[in-house]
Amino acid sequence: MSDLMKDPMVLRQIIMDHYEYPRHHKLLNDPAYRMTHMASESCIDDIHVQAKINNGIIEDVNFDGKACTISTASTSIMADLVKGKSIEEARKIINEYYAMINGEAYDEEMLEEAIALQGVSKQANRIKCATIGWHGLEQLINESEAEDGRK
Amino acid sequence: MFNVAEIRKDFPMLNGKTMSGHPLSYLDNGATTLKPQCVIDAVNYFYEEITANAHRGDYELSMKVDKLYEQTRDVVAKFINCDRREVAFTSGTTFGINQVAYGYVRTHLKKGDVILITDAEHASNVLPWFRLAEEIGVVIEYIPLSENGRLTVENFRSAMHEKVKFVAFAAVGNVLGYKAPVKEICAIAHEYGAKVMIDGAQSVPHNVTDVKDLDCDFLTFSAHKMCGPSGMGVMYGKYELLQETEPLLLGGGANARFNSCGEVILKEVPYKFEAGTQNIEGIIGMKAAIEYLMKVGMENIAAHEKELRTYLVNELSKLDNVILYNPDGDTGIVTFNVKDIFSQDAAGYLSSQGVAVRSGNHCAKILVEFLGTDDTIRCSMYFYNTKEDVDALVEAVRTCTIENCIGIFF
Repeated sequence: MSDLMKDPMVLRQIIMDHYEYPRHHKLLNDPAYRMTHMASESCIDDIHVQAKINNGIIEDVNFDGKACTISTASTSIMADLVKGKSIEEARKIINEYYAMINGEAYDEEMLEEAIALQGVSKQANRIKCATIGWHGLEQLINESEAEDGRK
Repeated sequence: MFNVAEIRKDFPMLNGKTMSGHPLSYLDNGATTLKPQCVIDAVNYFYEEITANAHRGDYELSMKVDKLYEQTRDVVAKFINCDRREVAFTSGTTFGINQVAYGYVRTHLKKGDVILITDAEHASNVLPWFRLAEEIGVVIEYIPLSENGRLTVENFRSAMHEKVKFVAFAAVGNVLGYKAPVKEICAIAHEYGAKVMIDGAQSVPHNVTDVKDLDCDFLTFSAHKMCGPSGMGVMYGKYELLQETEPLLLGGGANARFNSCGEVILKEVPYKFEAGTQNIEGIIGMKAAIEYLMKVGMENIAAHEKELRTYLVNELSKLDNVILYNPDGDTGIVTFNVKDIFSQDAAGYLSSQGVAVRSGNHCAKILVEFLGTDDTIRCSMYFYNTKEDVDALVEAVRTCTIENCIGIFF
């Protein structure tokens, strides 16, 4: 891990950048994607997450909707991070991310830019914001696997 | 004499408390209020000195509890100007509305009858009516709000018609804080033979309430929004209407007699609404809270909040990063957004500056369609707030940038 990624200013800039210029911030009307609607019960976050999963590979992830800085940035970072990864790799990343957000030990290398969100663990009321997109992706992976299992 | 500095000494939470290292500016009084020492003492008194059940015992302790329990009813009756038999204890406004919905409206309205509410109602004054619509086929209609979000007499008149049998609305809305013309609306509704229930959660704590003058049929409110304990509230109803209202809960304390054939004789109003052991410490604490408010003076409370609101609106208007939704409001509720910043992000930054406000849609999910925004920041003030609290809020809003909102995570 480079020292740069230990600098709060840099981490802050990562969140800013993903909030102001979110990646994969669109929804495609394409049957190759499966989609889920994630609406937080406790706040206003209300997003759709879609993923194209083929042969155990997450080929693409998109999202859109109403969301605060933390949910937008965290979902944008997630989409960057898991695109092209296998389901197995993505699950590892997701679990490391949850560990970080819950204030537990985690693997920094695996999370790359997502470590910018480590401070959310100290703001319990925002954990839902930081995980809403991730839960969405997890759900899509589960659905995809369940469907493959049936085939 | 109304003296905020003196008043603040009565509140342990205002006794030098800090949040995020800043003096606490508690501006979320629409959600719940801080408690003066006398209320805390009253609750403790029950636990430390006179713990016993009410209406159960023939021993001295229990009788002491009974006395305070019933004195609370007298204090509430005096506070809202009604007969003591018209005061039923509840767990809060939500329970009170549900009690009216299932105990009165459900048995008095039939399929096709109309219940009139507004777009600005709190979920607690919407969802029970939705359920009745589903269960008995009543129709929910909405009184249109004026351009700036007010419930006006004209708009009410235009929405009123022969099929409307029940009207339910907040005397002060929990998002925009406008005062509704309750008295005029009750008079018009009564001309049509409809009954009116007032959600008093945001009005009773802040203004003089006189149910005889208003002539409302039901009124519900919560103790915790008026310096009292949580889990405690009041349902007022005109005596003859309460007699026709079925209790939502049945059990010990609510019945006079029953036998194995299933014959039940309920107690008189209001006791039939108080089944099970009640929130006795809540009742005793509510008594202390109402006595405290009456000592401060409801007129003084309303006047102080109005003064603070004027000051806050004036200060916020000077900032160019603020969108104000109710600059012309009547109460201590001021609703706004910081331009281009999501309300929860802004509230997070305000918290880091010691300022407690609410963000979101404030449980009024229909109103968002009217406001054109999903979420806002709500500052709601009470009589113990000061210009210093307002200054802290304004300064935090002034410095509320996206960078600073993200900065709280580092």
